[in-house]
Amino acid sequence: MKSWVESVRRIGFLLLSVVVGLILWQLFTTFSEIPSFIFPKPIEVWTKLITVIENGSLFYHTLVTLQEVIVGLALGLTAAIITGFLLAKSRLVERVLSPYIVASQSIPIVAIAPLLVIWLGPGILSKILTSALIVFFPVLVNTIVGLRSVPCELYDLMRSLQASTWQRIIKLEIPAAMPVFLGGLRIGATLAVIGAVVGEFVGADKGLGFLVNVGRGLYDTALVFVAVFTLVLLALGLYGSVVYLEKHLLSWQKRNGD
Amino acid sequence: MNSANNHPLLEVKDLGVTFTDEKGSLQALIQIDFSIAREQFVCVVGPSGSGKSTLIRVLAGLLKPTSGEVSLDGIPVTEPRPGVGIVFQKANLMPWRSVLRNITLPLEINHIDPEEAASRARDLIDLVGLSGFEDWLPHDLSGGMQQRVAIARSLIRDPDLLLLDEPFGALDALTREKMGTELLRVWRARKKTVIMITHDISEAVFLADRVLAISPQPGNLRLDLTIPLKRPRAEEDRFSPEFVDLTHQLRQAIK
Ligand SMILES: Nc1ncnc2c1ncn2[C@@H]1O[C@H](COP(=O)(O)OP(=O)(O)OP(=O)(O)O)[C@@H](O)[C@H]1O
Ligand SMILES: [Mg+2]
Repeated sequence: MKSWVESVRRIGFLLLSVVVGLILWQLFTTFSEIPSFIFPKPIEVWTKLITVIENGSLFYHTLVTLQEVIVGLALGLTAAIITGFLLAKSRLVERVLSPYIVASQSIPIVAIAPLLVIWLGPGILSKILTSALIVFFPVLVNTIVGLRSVPCELYDLMRSLQASTWQRIIKLEIPAAMPVFLGGLRIGATLAVIGAVVGEFVGADKGLGFLVNVGRGLYDTALVFVAVFTLVLLALGLYGSVVYLEKHLLSWQKRNGD
Repeated sequence: MNSANNHPLLEVKDLGVTFTDEKGSLQALIQIDFSIAREQFVCVVGPSGSGKSTLIRVLAGLLKPTSGEVSLDGIPVTEPRPGVGIVFQKANLMPWRSVLRNITLPLEINHIDPEEAASRARDLIDLVGLSGFEDWLPHDLSGGMQQRVAIARSLIRDPDLLLLDEPFGALDALTREKMGTELLRVWRARKKTVIMITHDISEAVFLADRVLAISPQPGNLRLDLTIPLKRPRAEEDRFSPEFVDLTHQLRQAIK
């Protein structure tokens, strides 16, 4: 009962802040006399939104980006989890691989993206890879930290119960590393969107990043706004999914202040 | 375990453990020798840091000794073996598992049917007095309750040998006595061998057939004392001259 009231209140506050934002935006554009190709009015953005929804282009480009983001995220996650396990388990692998991993991290993704487009072409693959690359590092670090945080007494327990390696991974390491890992996934999920858009910026003929580029070229700033808002929604949706996942997987955790 | 009784259940020969790290080395145990017959109840007493937990870890096969040998049922212990139940000094529960699922963990590892496992766990939950807490999470339990969950978990495979590292450390005096009595009951009914570590000399004398006293730094067996008190023992026995004398001997030994 209480939580129901609480969620209504939350939605209320969210709506309120959106409405206040829209009003401020409308007032700003009305009184500042900035031309709409620099800063469009809410109504112009709305009209543009309706147009691109009706002609199906928004849906099309969103789907492309979503696809890149999801596949990129999945790829980056898988790679990070496997590498994370190896690095956490073997000092040797860590010594050999970590210089490369740290070095690769100091190269900004915008510098790698053009290379990927050169190598893999302007298609969807290069965007998946930029997305996967940007997801990789934070998830990797959190996988390692998570695995290292498993209390050694619980390893003793599993050993004393003659658990197999597989049982140890499933029943101890995965659940124990989960909180820290999901923290990495939170960051990774939002970065995945950025990765895909960076890839699309460098060279693409579809996707929301491409739409932003098109809008910029045509001085169709309303279109840029529509694309950016959609990207924000996409990132929020992904972030929300991870938070939802956390709530369910980590319900055992004592929350601060609870 | 086979029931051939021609050798003791547990034999410890010239056991020594030295911990070595960058800062130097520390001799935790030195020249420990003893053997334990089946169905004996043995307590180990000693001051903090005398290597009692280290001894338990070696007996459990979790720690390889630096020198000497431990054999269980005539076979050298090199790794944890079935038929041994352990209660660690810390409760060591999995915080994401409920009381019930913490207790069934050992059976899960043995691939035993979950229904069967749960029903066995419920009996043990009754035994340790935690009925009604089946679905609670460890962090909502007191330290003593957590330790009782750990005790139930150590019993669920019905082990022949129980290794208990201060199992009642976090309990109040009354619960402690009650759990001691319950442990005696399980030990007698199920014909187990028990090795229990405790800080409490009086508790050791009250529960055990035999008490081993370890002196600190490096841990060394100072006294191997047989407790001749008749069973069942009553609370009043704690005030008998014989009891007082036994505790006095142990206290002298580990000074
Ligand atoms: N893994 C380890 N590495 C290095 N030193 C250790 C390790 N485990 C224990 N020691 C040292 O060995 C000695 C004995 O420790 P142990 O835990 O066995 O004592 P204890 O008798 O169980 O003490 P307490 O009654 O406080 O539990 C201590 O000095 C401790 O610092
Ligand atoms: Mg100890």
